Amino acid sequence: MPLHRTPRTGPEPRTLALLAGAGLAAGAAVWAVSRSRENPVVFRPNDDAPDRASRHPGGTMPVGRTITINRPRSELFAFWRDFSNLPQFMESVEHVTVVGDVSRWTLAAPFGRKVTLETRIVEEVPDRLIAWRSTDGSDVRAEGAVTFRDAPAGRGTEVEAVVAYVPAGGEAGRLIARLFRLVPAMQGRRELRRFKMLMEAGEIATSRNRKD
Amino acid sequence: MRALTWHGKHDVRVETHPDPEIVNPRDAIIEVTATAICGSDLHLYDGVIPGLMSGDILGHEFMGRVVETGPKSTLKKGQRVVVPFTISCGKCFFCEHQLFSACDNSNTAEKQDLSEPLYGHAVSGLFGYSHLTGGYPGGQAEYVRVPYSDVGPIVIPDGLEDEQVLFLSDILPTGWMAAENAGIEEGDTVAVWGCGPVGLFAIQSALLMGAGKVIAIDEYPKRLALARKLGAEGIDFRRTKVLEALMEMSGGLGPDAVIDAVGMEAHGFMPDTLMDNMKQRVGIGADSAHALREAILAVRKGGRVSVPGVYGGFLDKFPLGALMEKGLTVKTGQTHVQRYTEELLRRIGEGEIDTTFLISHRLPLEEAARGYENFRFNQNEWTKVVLKPGMTGA
Repeated sequence: MPLHRTPRTGPEPRTLALLAGAGLAAGAAVWAVSRSRENPVVFRPNDDAPDRASRHPGGTMPVGRTITINRPRSELFAFWRDFSNLPQFMESVEHVTVVGDVSRWTLAAPFGRKVTLETRIVEEVPDRLIAWRSTDGSDVRAEGAVTFRDAPAGRGTEVEAVVAYVPAGGEAGRLIARLFRLVPAMQGRRELRRFKMLMEAGEIATSRNRKD
Repeated sequence: MRALTWHGKHDVRVETHPDPEIVNPRDAIIEVTATAICGSDLHLYDGVIPGLMSGDILGHEFMGRVVETGPKSTLKKGQRVVVPFTISCGKCFFCEHQLFSACDNSNTAEKQDLSEPLYGHAVSGLFGYSHLTGGYPGGQAEYVRVPYSDVGPIVIPDGLEDEQVLFLSDILPTGWMAAENAGIEEGDTVAVWGCGPVGLFAIQSALLMGAGKVIAIDEYPKRLALARKLGAEGIDFRRTKVLEALMEMSGGLGPDAVIDAVGMEAHGFMPDTLMDNMKQRVGIGADSAHALREAILAVRKGGRVSVPGVYGGFLDKFPLGALMEKGLTVKTGQTHVQRYTEELLRRIGEGEIDTTFLISHRLPLEEAARGYENFRFNQNEWTKVVLKPGMTGA
């Protein structure tokens, strides 16, 4: 499966699929058992928008989001690249263990289940890109990337996180994939917001009045 | 602690809640000495703002004494502070541009999802003002947890009484920003719809900014009298055709700037209002906007429209044609309180601005429900209610 598409504009690598493992657990659990077709057809509209904004999502169904963070690119990259930091803002990631070039993500799934996502970095460009793909032994088949680009006008960094799952085959598989796409999308954008809060404000906003 | 909680339309009660504690490093805990009921609290009381849950603690105008600080707070125990109703991180793009009510980080990650379909973007967290703005427990309580306490609260010097400075939390900066948004030039005629607290402070601010004539529109004699006392001319919309009067009182030109300090619950017996109110009752997120429509028709060509009044949803019969054809400028928004507190505190300290004239009633926190009822249904007499947790019953 292609991780990136060729940039159509500008020099920055544009990532197709991606993000960081997190929140995706809920949706991911559904596909965990499926081992499906390679190279699904991706619908490519003739414009410059990311594929996930398509009115006709298909293929690997990437979900993702871009957020602007008022901090330097290298600082954000360094924090993210140390995967043990990620559970600080990814609520569904319980912990991350890194052994060699393989990371094992323990994810909270619906109904108290736990799912393990095992990933390998497939491309890394310092201060710009981390792209990963699940290993053959992973419960969940997915791939993703997080991209760091300088924001215009000195506004910091645009962080784009995308993840794509391999859906089960057939019509039913596509329907389920479509339904469950919503959950990772929601969790993904909340995690990016928390990442931004942590990096900009030094803490994650909460309206809770007590710690317990 | 004791706190005023919302349970439904026209149902608020003072109940016991757990005391707040420091949760995040930049937090402080404030022991409230004075808190007010805001006109915008009445939109919550009337159940027309979406996103409130039974048991939510209301209140966003409050001040008090610092009793506890997180490791990254810059406040010190014992300091007296007024707390802005807008919760702002001070570090994001918007805070750096002094657009504090647009703070990216203070509305919680989960609750930002509520606003995006409704407004396109989430706005900042606000104290005690529904879950669209973070669901933060409010200030009509004995204690409040104040996030980002190194950015928001302003320390009050000795020698200034609570009642002189309490309104720095919201309505004074809101009236000030309303006048600023009206782009007032020396000698301008400015019309202000609504002589509630924000309207009155907008009148006061407009005159300080050089307006030559301010015309105030309301129906309550006592409120119009307060406006006149500040130096405005009054129009009673129950007796007078507002558009015609404004044209006549501005030499046939129309006011240079107009300020809608009424917001989403315009009332009266105008046909558009009756229609709006019916839709509002059905709960389809409709705003009642007679004041805004009238303001847009009244303002002169090329004039300025300032909207401090709160709107929460959608509107039809909006005079977009008038807005476009006359080439109007509209400015609005929840107040960027932190932008104004320092300057306004200085003006209060120097005796240039008095805010205490507004206060009609002072009640113990325990009697807050009575305060809401009267502020809502007895608007002529009850112009502003201050609640004091430490006060004993009358």
